[in-house]
Amino acid sequence: MRLSSIVVKKNLLLKMGFTVALFFFVSLFAFQFLESTKFFPIGVDTVYAAEQAVTAEKPAGAEAKPDAKKEEYQPAPKLTEKDYPQVKGINGRIMAWLVAQLHLWFAAFVLAVPILVFIVEIIGMATKDKRYDKMAYEFIKVSLTAYSITAVFGGLLLFTLVIFYPDFMRYMANIFSPTMLAYAFLFFAESACLYIYYYGWHAMEEGTAKWVHLTIGWMLNIIGTVLMFLANAWVSFMMSPHGVDAAGVFEGNIWHAIHNHLWNPLNLHRTVANVAYGGSIIGAYAAYKFLSARNTEEKAHYDWMGYTANFIAICGLLPLPFAGYWLIAEIYAYSQQMGITLMGGVFAWLFIIQAVLIGALFLSVNYYLWCGMERSKGAERYTKYIKYIAFVIVACFLVWFTPHTLIMTPGELKALGGPYHKYLGPLGIMPAKNTAVNIMLIFTFLSFLLYRRCNKIATVSWAPIGNAIQAAIFVAAIINICILGIYYGYFTNTVLKVGSSVPQVASTLFVIISCMIIDVFMFKGAKEVAPLQWGKIPDRSQYALFILAVSFTWLMGLMGFIRSAIRQHWHVYTVFRDNSPDAFTPTIGYATKVVSIGVIIFMAIVIFIFWLAHISGKKNVSQGAHH
Amino acid sequence: MKTFLKVVIFSVAVILFYAFYANVMIPQVRPAPPPAEAKLDMGSLTMEQFIHMGDEIFHGKGTCELCHNPVGGRAPLLDQVGKIAEERIKDPRYKGKAKTGEEYIRESMKEPSTFVVAGFGVKGTNDTQSPMPVVTSGAIGLKDFEVDAVIAYFQQKAGVTVTVQLPKETPKATEETHVADPAKSGEEVVTKYGCGACHKIAGQQGALGPDLTKIGAKKNKDYLRRAVLNPNADIAPGFPAGMMPPDFGTKMLSGEFEILIDYMVKSK
Repeated sequence: MRLSSIVVKKNLLLKMGFTVALFFFVSLFAFQFLESTKFFPIGVDTVYAAEQAVTAEKPAGAEAKPDAKKEEYQPAPKLTEKDYPQVKGINGRIMAWLVAQLHLWFAAFVLAVPILVFIVEIIGMATKDKRYDKMAYEFIKVSLTAYSITAVFGGLLLFTLVIFYPDFMRYMANIFSPTMLAYAFLFFAESACLYIYYYGWHAMEEGTAKWVHLTIGWMLNIIGTVLMFLANAWVSFMMSPHGVDAAGVFEGNIWHAIHNHLWNPLNLHRTVANVAYGGSIIGAYAAYKFLSARNTEEKAHYDWMGYTANFIAICGLLPLPFAGYWLIAEIYAYSQQMGITLMGGVFAWLFIIQAVLIGALFLSVNYYLWCGMERSKGAERYTKYIKYIAFVIVACFLVWFTPHTLIMTPGELKALGGPYHKYLGPLGIMPAKNTAVNIMLIFTFLSFLLYRRCNKIATVSWAPIGNAIQAAIFVAAIINICILGIYYGYFTNTVLKVGSSVPQVASTLFVIISCMIIDVFMFKGAKEVAPLQWGKIPDRSQYALFILAVSFTWLMGLMGFIRSAIRQHWHVYTVFRDNSPDAFTPTIGYATKVVSIGVIIFMAIVIFIFWLAHISGKKNVSQGAHH
Repeated sequence: MKTFLKVVIFSVAVILFYAFYANVMIPQVRPAPPPAEAKLDMGSLTMEQFIHMGDEIFHGKGTCELCHNPVGGRAPLLDQVGKIAEERIKDPRYKGKAKTGEEYIRESMKEPSTFVVAGFGVKGTNDTQSPMPVVTSGAIGLKDFEVDAVIAYFQQKAGVTVTVQLPKETPKATEETHVADPAKSGEEVVTKYGCGACHKIAGQQGALGPDLTKIGAKKNKDYLRRAVLNPNADIAPGFPAGMMPPDFGTKMLSGEFEILIDYMVKSK
């Protein structure tokens, strides 16, 4: 039976109704489950939630049984070195570290790809351009093998934690067991959606069935996101425990443990980063296929795929610094000590490495766009501006790269020769960095704007005015960002210093949104001066896409280490101490070696996945030829 | 195959460049090992343990970081105070008795209005009166050896020589060695959680937050509940967001929370 026959009516409203009904069915089912495990639905009034908790909690001396809580939940155990099992020849911490990181890289990829595929599929449906559908299918094909590998690393991580950290796992399971069961259930649901989505692609390619297919893709994304949020609850609880007392005794309300202080900032940061990361990995895949292409048609297809993936990566990359800023601000708000350890202690040097990596990301994104201008001869009008854009981006990168005060022990201070540089020190504080990153984003957007108009000339009568308005917006925003950064950042008090970052971000977003709107209208029906020739891009540009993918992976590994390491010698910060022989904070060199090994393993597996997709494609081509 | 090898070599080279940069170009600072867990015996206390005690007091019992933090901007940051204390003494506005940096910090903690850093005084006093509570009395009530521990922590943090002497005797057991009993009245709740450090309430004269002496006449019970549990839900005019700690809902016992709300409702 054809799936399309399930839905009899074909009008648009019914199709939408079907989608909405499916959503409510899934949501109701999920909340039914959550209800039974003492969840509060997302968005519940904080006061109400807190009141419920207060009612449930009975303090010492109150009318209820004082020991009821302790009978049900134990305090966090106080462990000794002997409580951590040892396996000869294997360092438990490094194994858990590497496996967790590999699981996370793959998970980020397989969560991101369905988002991209879903969007590309909708664009394909709206534009009726089959190329989009073909590309979306190719994306999901690549992610399918990665999905299995994600599950394998997830299982391996669980075994590793149970073997090397049994007491920690017992403690976490006591609090989070309902969510762990939900996680397993959702994983099955996600697998089902993914397999139907992939294997049903061609069966549901046309008409109403396409809507069913889209709905399944949408469900796949919702379930995947919920899965990530659940896992985020566990790791963020370890950083900012909530719903437990000072001794680690669980109060019994799991929503409090999930909805801890850092949960939402982490959710946002990881979601945005996943999109950028997924785009970068797909971009590397397209670059590899481009370099291996044997004919111009293939070259054109993979050039276009690489461009689209890079565009998605940029879309994720632009808001990422803001999401990161929010996360760090919330870490400070939760614990000054943790925040200072993170930004002002020994970890501060890691942010200098981060600056190098993000600088590399921005430069490679821009370089790719500049190379992409070679697709059209019309771009020659703009190439003279590239050197200025490059100069500004490098200058901003150098500001971002400058360290400031490092809080150290006297020994460390002596070894480093002082807390900060006399002249460059002022560039190390956040107002300078906020200013630099906003200008870097604006100039990256300028690169994109120039690329966008490289093959056309606006024909609307108001084009000169439009250009002048765009230029004015750019100049005004840059001046505004500089004034906010310099005046409020250095010559006023802390409240204004921190507060000024918000209008800075608003200025950047205003530039991007307003200039994009003007550009879209200005170039509607524009005259094409020289057509974009997909595939006519130098090979060297593709290496920018590899830098993007490798740098992103390495950066995620580094940031994963920082996020975890700022707990220092705590399994659960201030509540459950880590007394294992490996509780020490490693040096940067040690950490980055582990990260580099992880990246090499990850890249080797990714290449294997690409190869599988490649030979699978070959088989399809040969079958197609026989038929 | 040639493309494959080129891509692999290029990718590995990028990874190795980052590893090289992080290992060779970045100073390899070895972080301090996890602090010892052993209970402190004042007689055999090391300076490292004493500094750690100061660190704990700063972030905990002393409630110092409620104001001395980079978010609220309510009070000067203290990460370099161990170093700049000597310069403060030379300031023409300084009228205190301190001769050394150590003495200056001690004086600032016990008599905060002796010298007020420009811009951080109580409104309308032209920086002659500090909004900071005396740390050795009231809700905070630090002992002398705890004040010394905090000074040692400041000096170590600023990278200057720690001049504070270790305590020679074990202090007598005090009430802070056991878990505090639940507060029984509104005044006790206010004292226990240090509300008076920022608010004017229950006879305490905090000036950083809104005056709560007649709050019951202006706000109802629901508003006050929300204000304690989720302080950023409604911000009083003239006070920036993010100043009040958001975790009183988890720190207070349920009985104490109700007592406090009732107390404020009746404050008319």
